[in-house]
Amino acid sequence: MQPESGSLRDYRQQISAALNDQFLRQAMDNFAVAYRGSRQTVFEGLDPDAMAEAIADMKDRSLGRLDALFDQFKQRAESNGITVHWAKDADQANQIIADIAAQNKARRIIKSKSMTAEETLLNHFLEARDLEVTETDLGEWIVQLRHEGPSHMVMPAIHLSRYQVGELFSSVTGQGRFGEDIDQMVKVARRELRKKFLQADMGISGANFAIADTATIGLVTNEGNARLVTTLPPVHVALIGLEKLVPTLDDALRILKILPRNATGQFITSYVTWITGPAPCAIGPDGNKQMHVVFLDNGRMAVARDPEFRDALRCVRCGACANVCPVYRMVGGHRFGHIYIGAIGLLLTCFYHGEARARQLLKNCINCGACKAVCAAGIDLPRLIKSAHRRVIAKKSHPLKNQALSLMLKNRRLFHGMLRSARIAQQPVKATDGFLRHLPHFLLPEHQFRALPAIADAPFRDIWKKRPARRPAQPVCRVALFAGCVQDFVYPEQLEAAARVLTECNVAVDFPDDQSCCGLPLEMMGERAAAQAVAGQNVGAIDPDAYDYIVTLCASCASHLTHGYPRLIESKRAERFIAKVMPFSRFMADVIDVPARRFEPGAIDTTWHAPCHLCRGLGIRQAPETLIKRTGANYLPAVEAETCCGFGGSYSVDFPLISAHILNKKMADFQQTGADRVVTECPGCILQLRGGFKNAGIDMPVMHLAELLDEHWKPKGGTR
Amino acid sequence: MTSQPQWRQKFTQKAQHVSAIVQSVADYEQAARYAVTRCPAHENAKLAAPGLPETLQFLVADHCRQNAIAWIDQNLRAYPEGFAVGLTMADYGIADTGTLVIGSRDENLRLATMLCDIHIAVLPVSCICEKAEDIADQLSAWMQTGGDYTAFITGASRTADIERVLAIGVHGPLELHILLLEDV
Repeated sequence: MQPESGSLRDYRQQISAALNDQFLRQAMDNFAVAYRGSRQTVFEGLDPDAMAEAIADMKDRSLGRLDALFDQFKQRAESNGITVHWAKDADQANQIIADIAAQNKARRIIKSKSMTAEETLLNHFLEARDLEVTETDLGEWIVQLRHEGPSHMVMPAIHLSRYQVGELFSSVTGQGRFGEDIDQMVKVARRELRKKFLQADMGISGANFAIADTATIGLVTNEGNARLVTTLPPVHVALIGLEKLVPTLDDALRILKILPRNATGQFITSYVTWITGPAPCAIGPDGNKQMHVVFLDNGRMAVARDPEFRDALRCVRCGACANVCPVYRMVGGHRFGHIYIGAIGLLLTCFYHGEARARQLLKNCINCGACKAVCAAGIDLPRLIKSAHRRVIAKKSHPLKNQALSLMLKNRRLFHGMLRSARIAQQPVKATDGFLRHLPHFLLPEHQFRALPAIADAPFRDIWKKRPARRPAQPVCRVALFAGCVQDFVYPEQLEAAARVLTECNVAVDFPDDQSCCGLPLEMMGERAAAQAVAGQNVGAIDPDAYDYIVTLCASCASHLTHGYPRLIESKRAERFIAKVMPFSRFMADVIDVPARRFEPGAIDTTWHAPCHLCRGLGIRQAPETLIKRTGANYLPAVEAETCCGFGGSYSVDFPLISAHILNKKMADFQQTGADRVVTECPGCILQLRGGFKNAGIDMPVMHLAELLDEHWKPKGGTR
Repeated sequence: MTSQPQWRQKFTQKAQHVSAIVQSVADYEQAARYAVTRCPAHENAKLAAPGLPETLQFLVADHCRQNAIAWIDQNLRAYPEGFAVGLTMADYGIADTGTLVIGSRDENLRLATMLCDIHIAVLPVSCICEKAEDIADQLSAWMQTGGDYTAFITGASRTADIERVLAIGVHGPLELHILLLEDV
């Protein structure tokens, strides 16, 4: 859980503690790898993207008429004899439930898993009124006994080892030691909780679906506890977030098809329970169960009406966004959300538990897009997180570092002038191998995990002015190079290599001089106005009608120009500009279709790092592999080729320890392939990976795809 | 809905994938015998068998008598210690996921599937469909009347809440046996 108002420094300290928890690290790591495999198996023969799209469509339609769905549910349920409540906030929901307990003289309450009840801190509320509340989901029971919150929406106790659970159970049951025997621990839970089920006066459940058409609730579980909670006691209360309302059973079945597959890599859970109720209950009044459904608003209606954030309510709570998140994998759920965790948790914390609690959390998105790619409801989580971050900082004064960066980047001449001054300033610490001998003093000791490159002697823009590429007499097409800052000022040789290869392919290459930073760093820091100004600068700098393509060698720039710009700048010219943007690999593989015979094969063992913004951001997966193979290299794929390298631009400055841990994993993964070099297509990734290998003293060249093609290009008499 | 042979095959495979035991039975007699044989022969062992078709109920009662096993079909709440075996019918099988669909409005039927160590469900092969969507209309019809409680059951009760290690049998049955009934 996050404190009401913590500083970034406090948050970094919590993170540092999590990173030192060896069990947590190993558990998270095993899970991340196992999940990927099992998810792939259960989606075989299905199209998860199309399934997510269908859910997004259905949810969008439902979210537009939540009031009507609520009315329909309520009317139907009441005609069946169920009481339906609307709770405007957490306190009201808790009070309603406490009142139901009081009216029924219920003292002992059993609960099945409900994130909504976690959201309202229902257990605390009821316990403070002298009620005994027992969680019956094994994981929830464990965290309840430990007086902590869940660290994952589906696997609440994933942060704990069997030994910790064994000790906990020994102290609770007063029995001997459990050692390693998980089966024995599960039996203890079965026995202890069976007593609670039989004694309970009231059962509380959540719900995965609330079907308006028939007033049916749907519960998706594995252990069978929800069935007992909703069957044994005479009173059943279901606490449900309003966004769980769906029109029909068909809609619920559609979600059911993806939910367990995405959550735990199961085809379906052991139990799916559809309760229209009130079902017969021998000890209930009139032989029927007394049933209540409490719908919780707590900010949901406001979000549903907010076009910027409405998509967040599509969430079906599968937790997959945490499962694939490289940051969650490093720090676990308790440091990656308040009560709701994972990417969706960062947002829901902001909506349901206050912006103050979310302020630091929202910075902790590395923007790799893994959550967006896996989301069961097609939520563009990284974009929403950035928007929420922007909204939070807009209400306070912008941090000084943001103001400075905005000011600098909005003025290209100022920005480039500063980079040139930095080149001169760095001379005393610049080593001959292109790295800085020690890091600038404003960085923390934690930033020592990677060596930083020096700014190049001359930026690409200066080199180009002196020696522009030769223009082919009859070019196959005209291309404007978009450089981005890192390549222009740190790695100009990558652009030079690309220019050579493009010219060899009979492409007319231009470098429009007025272009600047793409503006993604500003978006990442929540500086919308400056990001818009920079976008305007670039669209003005490159005339889309003068070129067939705008080619960039930076995957992050390409992704931001393609997906970020339409939200930043609206004009016909901008539309034409955006339509012409293309990453280098796609251009070479699909437009030029450069044949293998143009390369001098060198059978070097080569692995590939897929930049986040290339593979997920732009959906380019095949082109780089095709090109690497055409150069004659031995292509050795890495298991985690598509996992983020940990760079994330300003992210690695804000959270150096996390960035370092992600990087270490990546380096080990590449080494496991046995490859002699790593190829990638983003200067940011290159900066991170080269810096990491250099610092670790590992000789592993990391090169840009353009450099690979250039290196293996077959010399043609005198043309090079 | 006409059940297809390949659905039966897929149903079997998917149910076995989640550790259900799938067995073919020719008639109610075999089903009754199967269930009673799974009930251990000690004096506290009870077999819960509510809501069965009359013929099957008669056969189960008969076998239980012969083997001195207590069989119960009413007021299951009176047995908080639970049952060695719960024998029920299933309404549908969903091949896609190996799922049993049991309309569980009757509280005794519900308890029989929850409070037993071994749940044995008899599923007529003609009731196997391909996907959940195929029976959505029927399920919706059940839900039109208040009091409905429809259960999808796939394998035995399970958890992976401790170190993600799979453990079978948490709050529900430790085993699920499915008897595919050839002919009624």
